[in-house]
Amino acid sequence: MGSGHRGLARGFWGLLGRDMSFLWLSAAVFFELLATGGFVVYIVKQQKWVFRTSYWILVVGFVFHTTFLGFRYYSLGTAPVLNFKSALSFFSWSIICAYLVFQLKFRLMVLGSFVAPFAAFLMIVSTAMPWIEGPVKPIYKSLWFTVHVGTIFMGNGLFAIAFLAAIMYLIQEHQIKRKRFGSFYPRLPSLATLDGINYHSLIYGFPFLTVGMITGSIYAQYALGTYWQWDPKEVWSLITWLFYGALLHERLVAGWRGRRAALMSIFCFCILIFTFVGASFLLGGYHSFESLVAR
Amino acid sequence: MKIVNIGMNHETAPVELRECLATEPDSARKALASMRDLECINEGLFLSTCNRVEALFTTQAANEAKASMISLMSKLGNLPKESFLSSLYCYEDRDAVRHIFRVASSLDSMVVGEPQILGQIKEAYGQATKQKTSGVVLNRLMHRAFHVAKRVRTETEICEAAVSISYAAVELAKKIFHALEGKAVLLVGAGEMAELAAKHLVANGVSKTVVANRTFERAVQVAQQFNASPVSFEEVGAQLLEVDIVVTSTTAPDYVITYDQVKHALKRRRNRPLFFIDIAVPRDVQPDVNELQNAYVYDIDDLKGVVEFNMAHRQQEAISAERIVEEEVVKFERWLKTLEVVPTIVSLREKADSILQTELKKSRVVLGELTPAQRKAIRILTRSVAEKLINDPILYLKGKAGRPSLNMYLDVTRKLFNMDEDNGVE
Repeated sequence: MGSGHRGLARGFWGLLGRDMSFLWLSAAVFFELLATGGFVVYIVKQQKWVFRTSYWILVVGFVFHTTFLGFRYYSLGTAPVLNFKSALSFFSWSIICAYLVFQLKFRLMVLGSFVAPFAAFLMIVSTAMPWIEGPVKPIYKSLWFTVHVGTIFMGNGLFAIAFLAAIMYLIQEHQIKRKRFGSFYPRLPSLATLDGINYHSLIYGFPFLTVGMITGSIYAQYALGTYWQWDPKEVWSLITWLFYGALLHERLVAGWRGRRAALMSIFCFCILIFTFVGASFLLGGYHSFESLVAR
Repeated sequence: MKIVNIGMNHETAPVELRECLATEPDSARKALASMRDLECINEGLFLSTCNRVEALFTTQAANEAKASMISLMSKLGNLPKESFLSSLYCYEDRDAVRHIFRVASSLDSMVVGEPQILGQIKEAYGQATKQKTSGVVLNRLMHRAFHVAKRVRTETEICEAAVSISYAAVELAKKIFHALEGKAVLLVGAGEMAELAAKHLVANGVSKTVVANRTFERAVQVAQQFNASPVSFEEVGAQLLEVDIVVTSTTAPDYVITYDQVKHALKRRRNRPLFFIDIAVPRDVQPDVNELQNAYVYDIDDLKGVVEFNMAHRQQEAISAERIVEEEVVKFERWLKTLEVVPTIVSLREKADSILQTELKKSRVVLGELTPAQRKAIRILTRSVAEKLINDPILYLKGKAGRPSLNMYLDVTRKLFNMDEDNGVE
């Protein structure tokens, strides 16, 4: 009887917990979509109050998103990235996080009009996926795992900013070079600013990726007994790391900048996305989401 | 009461005429002082810039006021009336309001959208308030004008794009380098337009200027104007490593700066961007340089293209600006019309108040000694009875403001309440 009560209570709290986290997530998605709408209006209308409002709506969405992730972390006992749905949501969160930090430094209003739609897109894909949840294997309930995932995603978020800044750079550079000014010309910032954002996201993102890979391999040793086992995702992460490393090297040593650096960071980001999506779904291996849940 | 605007601008009057009226910086103050002395002018404002001289005033006798304003202008500019009468424009009421709104929003300027005019109007208004020539109507009108100008500036893109070649060059430089502080500019050859561009760049923060010329003496001469350092023509190649912006305007028949030279320089300067402003005809910078990454070349035709594009854009935006002005003119007129009912409302209140005072005085003897609380209660009682009685007529009159039937209602009200004492009780 007593144990039955306890079971019922756990079921109740579990259910409530799920409902609560669903509530946080819905609020996060709602506010992030609202902010995206605001940022799109801002880039068309160019009114400061529209930006300020959208910015604060995004902050509210971000707070809800953080609460949701915290809630999930607490209920799962580990970082909520064990299926593609959660991973996308976490990716979106880290992009917004990187943007909010950058906004404090660069105060570049138009960046939001690129970042918010991108983050919102990931969130829409994430919410459209079914909520499947298996029991969490105890090996994931490790601090190493959380650090590994956290740093990798922070790096990914920063690289996403670099990617978006590179696209903005190419649009703006094209207009200046071709001497044909479209409606983007007055709305986008200077080439120097865009290149600076690309550079800074790269220089901060790369250490995160590096730390993420190192902690990952330490965690692999701790959980699986080997630092490196040529798993497809490991290999592709290494390729991504090498490309970003090459870009950083060229920037720092050979003085790459501008168009070439922008193109390269777009290329690098494509590899990163392939590592994130392709290597998980197409190539299998122990990093793939099926195996994360199934085993 | 009429609002009248009389004056001349760059379209109606040649510069010879305008400068006669705007010679001394003190002329606006003098004009205001004379306007204040004129009986027929109630409130006045005098605006005098290099592109326009105009007076804005309110009056009860429009024709008399106009005539005295014209003779004031002729005295001020030491000009016979006939010489400028044909260059004057004159607007009244709705047109005058629209005109001042358009002037403040820079729709009436020579370069549509130029930002200085608003500051000049604000200054003229400041002077009018200081001289106490502006009153209820002008205060309201000018504040609305500033509001319209702000709306036009924020809701349209009329002020955004550069419409002169040197300004366009500065804008482009800012789009490439973000801030010009700490950047260096190299002036190759010296032409008037190149010097103007350099001056604009320096005014916008460029911190170092270098001047190169075929004849070194000329370089030294030009350099003195900018507080710049002169270099010989052979050093141009080396200078490409140091500077960020290059303005060329030599009369050389072939390219002074070549593709290979820039390519080499870019490598040496680790791809820090280089911006070439080529004002020379024939061109000084090999056009292919624009194909190099991180090098941007704008020749005179490109810059003209930018300016033309911006001009066209401004004209486009001016259409929506005119709509904003029209909206605000209607709003102002509505306010102006409520002014017509104000005197009647005021005298209605005064009448009620005077009845109240007399009746209180009469009753004081009968009421005898009262405590302060009782006195207060009686005051409140009588006042609220009076106010409630006249409240509905007042609301009714306010509602009729601007209607053609208003005058009839005003007349009836004055008769009903016997406000014009002369037609007393028969």
